[in-house]
This record gives sequence, structure tokens and C-alpha cells, in this order.
Amino acid sequence: MQPVPKNSSQEQPVIIGKHTYAEVGDKIASVVLSPKSPLRWLLGFGVAFLFVMLLLFAVGKLLFVGIGIWGVNIPVGWGFAIANFVWWIGIGHAGTLISAILLLMNQHWRTSINRFAEAMTIFAVACAGLFPLLHMGRPYYFYWLLPYPNTMLLWPQFRSPLVWDVFAVMTYFTVSLVFWYIGLIPDLATMRDKAKGKFAWFSFGVLSLGWRGSAEHWHHYEKLYLLLAGLATPLVVSVHTVVSFDFAVAIVPGWHSTIFPPYFVAGAIFSGFAMVLSLAIPIRSAFGLQDFITLRHLDNMAKILLATGLIVTYSYLFELFFAFYSGNIFERYMEINRMIGNYSVMYWILILGNVVAPQLMWFKRFRTSVPVLFILSLVVNIGMWTERYVIVVTSLHRDYMPSAWGMYSGTWWDYATLAGTIGLFVALMFLFVRLLPAISMAEMRKAIAPADVKEAD
Amino acid sequence: MEEQRTKLYGLIAEFENAETLLDASRRAQEAGFVEIQAYTPFPIDGLSEFVNVRRKNWVPVIVLIGGIFGGLTGFLMQWYAAGVSYPINVGGRPLFSWPSFIPITFELTVLGGALFGAFGMLILNGLPRLFHPVFTMPQFRSATNDRFFLCVQSTDEKFDPLETRKFLEDLEPVEVAAVFES
Repeated sequence: MQPVPKNSSQEQPVIIGKHTYAEVGDKIASVVLSPKSPLRWLLGFGVAFLFVMLLLFAVGKLLFVGIGIWGVNIPVGWGFAIANFVWWIGIGHAGTLISAILLLMNQHWRTSINRFAEAMTIFAVACAGLFPLLHMGRPYYFYWLLPYPNTMLLWPQFRSPLVWDVFAVMTYFTVSLVFWYIGLIPDLATMRDKAKGKFAWFSFGVLSLGWRGSAEHWHHYEKLYLLLAGLATPLVVSVHTVVSFDFAVAIVPGWHSTIFPPYFVAGAIFSGFAMVLSLAIPIRSAFGLQDFITLRHLDNMAKILLATGLIVTYSYLFELFFAFYSGNIFERYMEINRMIGNYSVMYWILILGNVVAPQLMWFKRFRTSVPVLFILSLVVNIGMWTERYVIVVTSLHRDYMPSAWGMYSGTWWDYATLAGTIGLFVALMFLFVRLLPAISMAEMRKAIAPADVKEAD
Repeated sequence: MEEQRTKLYGLIAEFENAETLLDASRRAQEAGFVEIQAYTPFPIDGLSEFVNVRRKNWVPVIVLIGGIFGGLTGFLMQWYAAGVSYPINVGGRPLFSWPSFIPITFELTVLGGALFGAFGMLILNGLPRLFHPVFTMPQFRSATNDRFFLCVQSTDEKFDPLETRKFLEDLEPVEVAAVFES
């Protein structure tokens, strides 16, 4: 139960207006059950689908010709693919943070946004997973990364962070999917019972596994949901920690740093919340869900954006501090090269996007201004992509030996693949909001229930 | 009509709100009914104390077993692979380099706990089970939407088709109906 805030005249409510249980269900389910897709939905999905076609084209060409069509070469062997991978994984992390960590911390405002934030996690991790696979050059041998009995009598090298990454990302995807699906079951049962058409009734009926909402069902369900949240919380931290090990365990200047795990986790949450804002703002206006995703949610997310943005800023400052204080000439050169070298434009974009722009969020005016938040979220998304690009490319293109220096730039195919995954992500989100309830109806009903039938906290 | 159908599963009462259901469940328990079950569109705190729900919640135990199983599998697999099956001597470094096995051990602990928990919850709840006698009441559709139901099963020792119906009708329900196992 949300305590009544003292400054209630200023504080926005979590849910606007009085709604009955039936209204909550009708409002959320009608988006899915209406037989006709709105024109805006068709247009949006159509555009995203064109980009999916672009992705298939780019991937098809890659499989046919090989990764020579990308800009990667020695010394920069990790170009767009790895920057994109880290970017997408990071975006996914906000979904788990919202659904798991905020649940454990009793932040009830999360109820309105957790469902689609979790969907965002799954789609983002799916996009992320494509890149290491394609980057392998021989994607059809990806299973060599897994421990399986083979005629070569070989095992994966379990001391390698790249193998840890395989386990971390696959576990993350699986657990996120399980968490999401378990959370969906009661709502799928609602959809089954609300469905008018035979096909919808049958599909939701099978997917809901026969959920009846008995006291015994809820008894086990709630306990499991809480435990899954407890498991997902350290998992999300471990995943980006392992991703940062991919860099930090190497001895390349700018990578070999103990600050990487917390820095990466904060950056992931930062970019993820930016993506949640980029999605929540259009979804709430497109489907008229302003009563459930209120300015209070946007305000809270903006605060988290500011907090994680400050952690990221702190990490940037300490990277600089370490570079100069350590007396290591390679580290020092790396930082100077980032700021005034060949890729300095990228560096200053990242400073602008991740350090300067979020400072607007100190002001309530901007935190509650929908257009400002939307633009800021896009700026942060770009800033965080640039950050990963800078980390991957600037360190590799100038390592210890000047004889090993080189330059890197993405090719048309690199950009096409990145744009294609954004299209895939957006297309999947469009399908999700049309086919599944985007807000948890069961949790919303609980949120509007009278206090004495809810848990007392 | 109703008598021509198969075996009676129980009597089910529909309530308009959670408070009435809570009250009704408490009174049903006080009246000595044991085989009673409540159906609600969202979890209601304290309801499981009045109706037929196993006192011991096994979900945490199952998650713990899954986590231990996953973690042990991960750790032993790495020990066997790097130390026994495929030992590589790199400058005399130890083969059983356990700190580098921790990340995968951790990931598989979480994976084991989550998967065991998810399947354990479904098994404890008897799911998937697409048909259930309570679905034979047409109004039961709103049990996942805005109505609250209380079912007294015919297997209960105190169950009597007429007496129990009278008892349920005294609890201020919207309606009382019989549900069948077909």
C-alpha cells in the first residue's frame, strides 16, 4: 500500500481516477481483443517490418559472403557487433530491474510498466544474442561453445570470460522468459475468459495452462514470483559483470580496469531506463493508458535515469583519474586519444548524451514534461551506444605498439544490421502490445483493491 | 437437467467483492468444511488460511533444490573438464582453478533454481490442466476478471447437496450453482 505522501498536492498518483476490477481488465484487454488493428499500429508495424527485411538482407549477405562485408579487421576485430551486443544487453537490464528489484523493494508503481519492460528485456536480449553469433564468422559452429560430448573429445575453455558470457546470456534469456511467462499466466487466463473468437479462446486457453486463480494457485504462484525476483536480481548484476569481464580480463589499455563491472551495470540500467521511457511514452498515448502509466511513473523513471547517469559520470571521471594517477603511459595516452584523437567526436557525443543531458532531470519541470523526457531518452540511447563504440574501438585501434595501430569504421552492412535489429526489436514490441496484455491486469486489480485484502506492509 | 450430467463436483458461490469472499471463506471453515476452495482474480492476503491449501509451501524448497543441483552440476562439470578430462598445463598453473569456475557455477545455480521453481509451481498447482469442473459454471469466466468464487466440494464429509446450498445462500452470494465433473 502506497503511503499517502505529505505533499500530496504535488505528488502525482500511481493510478489516476477510480477504476473497478472490470474496468481495469476491459481497458487493458481491449487493446488485444479488438478485432481490427488501429491504423497507427499497422503503420508502425509496417515500418518496423521493413527494417526486419533489411536485417534479413544484411544477415543473408553476411552468411553468404562472410564477415568481410563488415568493417572489422586487425587491429579492430570487435567493431559494431560487440558494441551493439553490449548496448542491447544493457537495454534489457532495465526490464529485469523494474520487474525484480523494484518488486523486492516494494515499489508498487512498477506494476504499470513491468510487463512491457520484461518483454523489452526478452526482445533486447534476442537482438543482442544475434551479434556474437554473426560475429563468429561461422555461426553454424556456435554449439562448439557449449559443453557437449563430441568426437573431438574437447571441452570449452571454462576459464575464458567469453565462455562465461555464453552461460550468462543464455541463463539471462531463459530466466527472463520464465519470469515473464509465469507473470503472464493469470492474465492469459483472463484473456481466455474474455475472448470472443474461437481462435483467441483456444490460444489463450492453451497458453494459460488452465489457470483457475484458486487460493492454492495464488499461494504457490506468489511465493514463486517473489523467489524468481530474488533470483533475477543478482542475475542481472552478474550478466553485465560477465559482459564487462569480456573487456576487463583482457590487457588492452582502457579495458583492463577493476571499475568495469559496476560501471557496466550502472550503464546498462541507465540505457535500459532510457529505452523504457522511449517505449512507454508512445505506448501510453497510442493506447490511451495515461491513467495507468502516469506522470508519476515517468517522474520516477527520470529520477532513476539521473541516479544511474551520475554513477556513469562518476565512472568516466574515475577512468580519467586512474589513467593519470596510475602513471601508466598507455592508459594516459588512451584517455587523451579518446578526447582529442580520431574518434573524439564519438567521445564528446557520449559525454553530451550521458553526462550533460541527464542533468536536466534535476528539475521537476523537465521530469514531468513528456516531450522533454522522450527526446532525452533518445539522446541517452544514442549516448550509450556511442559509449560502447568508444570503449570497443578506441582501445583496440591504439594499443601498445604503434606498428599495430589502425583505423576502423563501420560499413554500410554494419549500419544495416544495427538498423535491422532496431527494426526487429520495434516490430516485436508492436506484436507484443497487440497480442498480449501489456500491463499486468492481476497486479493492477490488486493495486486498486481495498487495503484490507492486500498484504499489509 | 442437472441430474442427467455426470458426478457432482461441488457447489460454487459467486461473490461481488473480496471482503465478502474472505468473510464467507472464514464462515465456511468455522462451519467445519474442509474441502473448500476459493477462486479470485488476484491474490488475496490471508485467504489461504481459510480454504484447502497445503499449509507447507514447497515452492521455496524446490527452488533451493534446483539451485543446489544447478550449481553443483556447473561446478563439477568445470572441475571434471578442466582438471580431469582435458587438462592443459599452462606454465604450471593449477588445473583446479576454482575462482574462474564461479561465474558459470553462479549462472547455473540461478538457472536451476528458476526452472525447478517454475515447473515445481505448475506441478504443485496441478497445471497444465485445461479442463476443470469449476469451468462448467458459465459465470466462472469472471473469476479471472472481477468476481470471487467459493466452492465446497462434494468430497467433503459435511457435504450435503441441499444443506450446503442453503449454507452458501446465507453468505450473501450473487448466485449459487452446482458444478460437474464432465
